[in-house]
Amino acid sequence: MKELQYPFDSGYIIKKKKSIKRQLLGSGKKFIEKKIAVLGGSTTHDIIAIMDLFLLDQGIKAEFYESEYAMYWEDVMFENEELKAFSPDIIYIHTSNRNIRNFPLQGMTKEEVNSCLEADYQHFLKLWEKAKADYNCPIIQNNFEYPYYRLLGNSDATDIHGRVRYINRLNEKFATYAEETEDFFIQDINYLSSTYGLDVWSNPLYWHMYKYSLAMEAIPLLAFSVSNIIKSIYGKNKKSLVLDLDNTLWGGIIGDDGVENIEIGPETSMGQVYAEFQTYIKAQKDIGVILNIASKNEEENALAGLNHPDSVLKPDDFIDIKANWDPKSKNVEDIARELNLLPESFVFVDDNPAEREIVSAQLDMPAPEIGSVEDYIRVIDRSGFFEVTKLSADDAKRNKMYKENMERMKLEASFADYGEYLLSLDMKGTIKGFEPIYLDRIAQLTNKSNQFNLTTKRYTRAEIEKVSASDEYIDLYGKLEDKFGDNGVVSVVIGHINGDILNMDLWIMSCRVLKRDMEYAMMDELVSKALAKGIKTIKGYFYPTAKNKMVKEFYKQMGFEKLSEDESGNTVWEFKVKDSYKKQNNYIKVN
Amino acid sequence: MKREEIYERLNEVFRDVFDDESITVADETTAADVEGWDSLIHITLIEAVEEEFDIRFDMKTVVKLKNVGEMVDVIDKKCSV
Repeated sequence: MKELQYPFDSGYIIKKKKSIKRQLLGSGKKFIEKKIAVLGGSTTHDIIAIMDLFLLDQGIKAEFYESEYAMYWEDVMFENEELKAFSPDIIYIHTSNRNIRNFPLQGMTKEEVNSCLEADYQHFLKLWEKAKADYNCPIIQNNFEYPYYRLLGNSDATDIHGRVRYINRLNEKFATYAEETEDFFIQDINYLSSTYGLDVWSNPLYWHMYKYSLAMEAIPLLAFSVSNIIKSIYGKNKKSLVLDLDNTLWGGIIGDDGVENIEIGPETSMGQVYAEFQTYIKAQKDIGVILNIASKNEEENALAGLNHPDSVLKPDDFIDIKANWDPKSKNVEDIARELNLLPESFVFVDDNPAEREIVSAQLDMPAPEIGSVEDYIRVIDRSGFFEVTKLSADDAKRNKMYKENMERMKLEASFADYGEYLLSLDMKGTIKGFEPIYLDRIAQLTNKSNQFNLTTKRYTRAEIEKVSASDEYIDLYGKLEDKFGDNGVVSVVIGHINGDILNMDLWIMSCRVLKRDMEYAMMDELVSKALAKGIKTIKGYFYPTAKNKMVKEFYKQMGFEKLSEDESGNTVWEFKVKDSYKKQNNYIKVN
Repeated sequence: MKREEIYERLNEVFRDVFDDESITVADETTAADVEGWDSLIHITLIEAVEEEFDIRFDMKTVVKLKNVGEMVDVIDKKCSV
């Protein structure tokens, strides 16, 4: 919903939250359901109400548990039947510098200050560890905003007694813990409050009147930020940018002005601001964002612009460049299809409000109001489209992999026989039980795969670890390499054993390896594992969603028999495991 | 600004905040007269009024407000300076 996209009008959201919620629930949008425990060190009422809106907008319908006022610590540390029964999927601990209990006093020795720091840290550490032990779910914790006054003035940041220094040190300890801990995320309100303006954020009126740790008007920003972390945990990040060229990546209209006259590079202030924006976009590749172009231009001109010596972005940085006179919505749709991604996983960046309007209305993808060129970076950055909660090695390589895919598409076109093409790819697969180095990627894949996903069951990293450690499951990951490069882990299969029956909890595959016979290779390995474990029957389940139509008949294709189908289209399949099983994959060399 | 004009805009704010098109407030209206007007929604209401009239209530003023009429007095005073 436009009203909930950055830059949003906080006053409007606060005032209209009831009717916004009604609209979101009535929009016909599909939601995943999650239970979120909000444990506050101050009032959380409106934080929850507004988080609810942003989460709904991100496709997450949340049920909330709210701690009693300021009972964030007690709620976890002491017996809590209500929270146990609630069984949260996520715990959000909303604390602020109002909850720091041991601020140092003037005259304390260095050692005394250090023990204050340790005491404050331990207070939280115990809470996180107990929460993890009892609930085994992702935890999101605020770090601390700066104090709104400084007894020591500028020295508050350098003197060990200063609160600014103290908060910096405490935040560093929080960050170190987060760095070393799975499923633990810091919400950086230190940064949020500074971008918002600490004087407004920390207006003490809200604390003394209502026991809010921040100003009401800043709550939407806080809630938006935490909703971004949550949607990222559940694999709802955007994946790709589609960018316009003229007046978006450079100043001027290349078709009219000529390549020598576009504004890009160090010569002019306008050229510099576009170059900085290009540098920002180029850096997105490093976190796995896929870059594409949709521009109304002759292709020749588009490429000439990107080959401009001062252009930071080069044609090679993009996976798909569409420069023609077709409607942009068509070009964006084509890009989505060619990359095997859903339109909703794109962000459309264009300086022209009319183009934004058409694309966002027709394709259900955000087209942020990026404002004037000097605002572009801020608007895209603050929108949190690509909020990083877990950066896997695959993310950094993603652009390369899509690039390789485009080359495969070209090669495919040159072969008359598809089998010959597959053979020419020289594919090598690694299909094995889960291994520690891949657990992050496996968990990420379970949350990101929507189309080739039979049950759409999502797993946290902790749950994947449990499956991996247990004897009651057969679990497989599949990695695929070919002559163009390594696709990384692209398929995951999990079945739980019940006597001599294997029930398939999960079968997913990344769409970037569709039609490569990888699914047959996975099936072959699954059968061989099943045989080794004395399994007689494999039962497959297909649960339809809005996105997984492509695998409706998947089990049939694998050789399963359909047992039943209910009125909502859920199907159950059966496969008899026999020694005489003949391998179905003919093109991938496995293990 | 005329008092009627303040009331017209104030009624809109109340209707938005309570998500109820039937609300009409007057000088004597207090929290007890409007269904759902608890201390939590009160915060939203104050924010929304501030936003609507582009004013800020200071703490001393907020804690003393007894009914809608007093709120209108404050708005009137703040908007006329």
